[in-house]
Amino acid sequence: MDFRLNEEQQMLQDTVARLVRGEYSFEKRLEFSESDLGFSEHFWKQLGELGLTAVPFPEELGGFGGTGVEVQSVMTELGRGLCIEPYLQSVVLGGGLISQAGNDQQKEQWLGGIASGETRAAVGLQEPQSFYDLNNVETRAEKSGDGYVLNGRKSVVIGGHCADVLVVSARIGGDTQDADGISLFLVRADAEGLERRTYPTIDGAKGCDLFLNNVTVGADALLGAEGKAAEVIEYQAGRAIAALCGEAVGVMEVACDLTLEYLKQRKQFGVPIGRFQVLQHRMVDMMSELEQARSMAILAASVADEPQSDERRRILAAAKNVIGRSGQFISEQGIQSHGGIGMTWEYNFAHYAKRLIMINHQLGDDDFHLERYATLLQAS
Amino acid sequence: MNMNYTAEELAFRDEVRAFLDKKLPADIAAKVKGFRRLSKEDHQRWQKILSEQGWYATHWPEEYGGVKWTPVQKHIWDEESCRYGVPRSIPFGVNMVAPVIIKFGNEEQKQRYLPRILSGEDWWCQGYSEPGAGSDLASLKTRAVREGDHYIVNGQKTWTTLGQHANMIFCLVRTNTEVKAQEGISFLLIDMNTPGITVRPIITLDGEHEVNEVFFEDVKVPVENLVGEEDKGWTYAKYLLTYERTGLAGIGLSKAALQHLKELASRRLKNGKPLIEDTAFSQRIAKVEIDLMAAAISNLRIIASVEGGGVPGAESSMLKVRGTEIRQSINDLARRAIGPYAIPFVEEELDLDYDGDYLSDENAAPLAAQYFNNRKLSIFGGSNEIQKNIVSKMILGL
Repeated sequence: MDFRLNEEQQMLQDTVARLVRGEYSFEKRLEFSESDLGFSEHFWKQLGELGLTAVPFPEELGGFGGTGVEVQSVMTELGRGLCIEPYLQSVVLGGGLISQAGNDQQKEQWLGGIASGETRAAVGLQEPQSFYDLNNVETRAEKSGDGYVLNGRKSVVIGGHCADVLVVSARIGGDTQDADGISLFLVRADAEGLERRTYPTIDGAKGCDLFLNNVTVGADALLGAEGKAAEVIEYQAGRAIAALCGEAVGVMEVACDLTLEYLKQRKQFGVPIGRFQVLQHRMVDMMSELEQARSMAILAASVADEPQSDERRRILAAAKNVIGRSGQFISEQGIQSHGGIGMTWEYNFAHYAKRLIMINHQLGDDDFHLERYATLLQAS
Repeated sequence: MNMNYTAEELAFRDEVRAFLDKKLPADIAAKVKGFRRLSKEDHQRWQKILSEQGWYATHWPEEYGGVKWTPVQKHIWDEESCRYGVPRSIPFGVNMVAPVIIKFGNEEQKQRYLPRILSGEDWWCQGYSEPGAGSDLASLKTRAVREGDHYIVNGQKTWTTLGQHANMIFCLVRTNTEVKAQEGISFLLIDMNTPGITVRPIITLDGEHEVNEVFFEDVKVPVENLVGEEDKGWTYAKYLLTYERTGLAGIGLSKAALQHLKELASRRLKNGKPLIEDTAFSQRIAKVEIDLMAAAISNLRIIASVEGGGVPGAESSMLKVRGTEIRQSINDLARRAIGPYAIPFVEEELDLDYDGDYLSDENAAPLAAQYFNNRKLSIFGGSNEIQKNIVSKMILGL
């Protein structure tokens, strides 16, 4: 048994790490965040040029043929740098859905651009009432001529503000919470009737809500079999969870490093505060949480590309639950260990803390996945 | 054992309610209840109304314009005002420096400063913490050197809450470096408009400007601004901290926040049903409500003991820890209740006059920011670790 990355995987992770070190600094990140685009176009281009946006795609489509492990290595380094580029949304989710469910023509049309970074995708899978349940879809798709008319609203589409293409779920039949009857559609950003309400996110990125008002798409916009998208979405969300776990581990690593460093250098009562047992034990607890999270991230990556099964579902739910809890613990206890300085905008720790909390609000929080796990527990 | 209010106390509660029904401006209450930003003007407007009622200075003797409330009456006020959405009183003048001036100041200082606090003419801020002196406050380095009729002050204070609005600051300064840290500290009142003072904002993680750094460069402070005796400031500082600690448990605020959470959870949907009907989430709410119930009774026990002539001691430290943890849990649940909508930061919706469509819930915009902002509760007013040190030393003798 060997939990280490192999040589190629390690080289990949080192490449990302070097790129992030060279391009990202705390100050630059704030600039990227405040720009109209909301991230660094230059950095995004470099992700493309180095083949990093191509990692999960098949080689015949210009990809690198990477697995969940490779994707996670990339995400961990992006997490360490607190990078705000829409890698998860465009590559893992948007590109991933097309790669998984698209027909040859759709793959041909979109994946080359997504893999090179020239095209950006985003996904609209959530709705105001859905509360993390991706089968909870009210957006309607109605057949019209050869194509479809889409009406509804998709929530919190991170990266949606700058995407060229949006993959959205819409219901062709069934009731709001039915798995059956959900379809996926490719909607161009300039489609008539598509409105975006853009906003910054509290952790420094940008996103939007999508309003679809009689958006007409052709038959070629349907991704996968009509009404059968629930499984596709669930499967890809699982891969995205594994990727997000990787990011979370990167964020937690830096959060723990920063806290440990602070405990060593901050002096009160004439000694470094790391000499106080209450803070020593808290730091140990933070590290234990990080290691728990790392273990679950590794496990999640190992099943990301396996065929769907209850075992895969369980592992991914468990991983996201652990990541959510560990992230919140490290975020809160790290702030507490820093005292006031941990709450300031000018010091980077707070930004890591915010990202950790918000990772818990993406793709289901710890409560959501605990419940999901419990349901699967009964089934086994 | 009797846990009921007396007839007089009930009559007082009715009086408070009648006053708040009539005098609390609806726009201010709406801001408080919706966790929106309050302006300096909002605070001043409300303070004026309270002063006119004679209910502003509840810690002061009547001869200085205070109102003599019993601990139970203060508690009733706290409960009712939180329930109604009364703005948190800015404590630095009325509840912090004033008690010190009343106890240790000279007659001239009382005559000069107390009426100006009552009238709202002076807005005070606190100059205690320094970059190198947080939990270890006595290690403060801001230096005041006597030169004729003045002290020359040099140094830096930090975490100065609402210092951007203040025209006066009370400071702990080092006047003697030859003695033990605690013995060389003095308590100075400083006009913020004195040349040499610079206020620099500290923006917190939620993007808010609430705290500041205050820099002193050769600031000339008249010697008559010294409170009490030179080098005895630590005694006064500790006296002030006992005032700071009371009320930090925030029981009334937690009750209001819990109510807000329940309303929110009744509006938000999960699986097509109100979130509050979801087993897991309702149990989370139930747990924090039970914790709050216990803390509220603990709070009443302290109040009753003080009412009976006792002195609140380290128990308030225990309550500060519990109370702040409870409020943070409520904030955590409110953030969770909006699910993915915790992620957008829609700043324009923080403004009560906002008349566009709300992205999700009309009260959603401040929730994640508030969760982050209130991480301060377990840090300020003596961090929860310091409070536990106090309990283990004073109560347990460890």
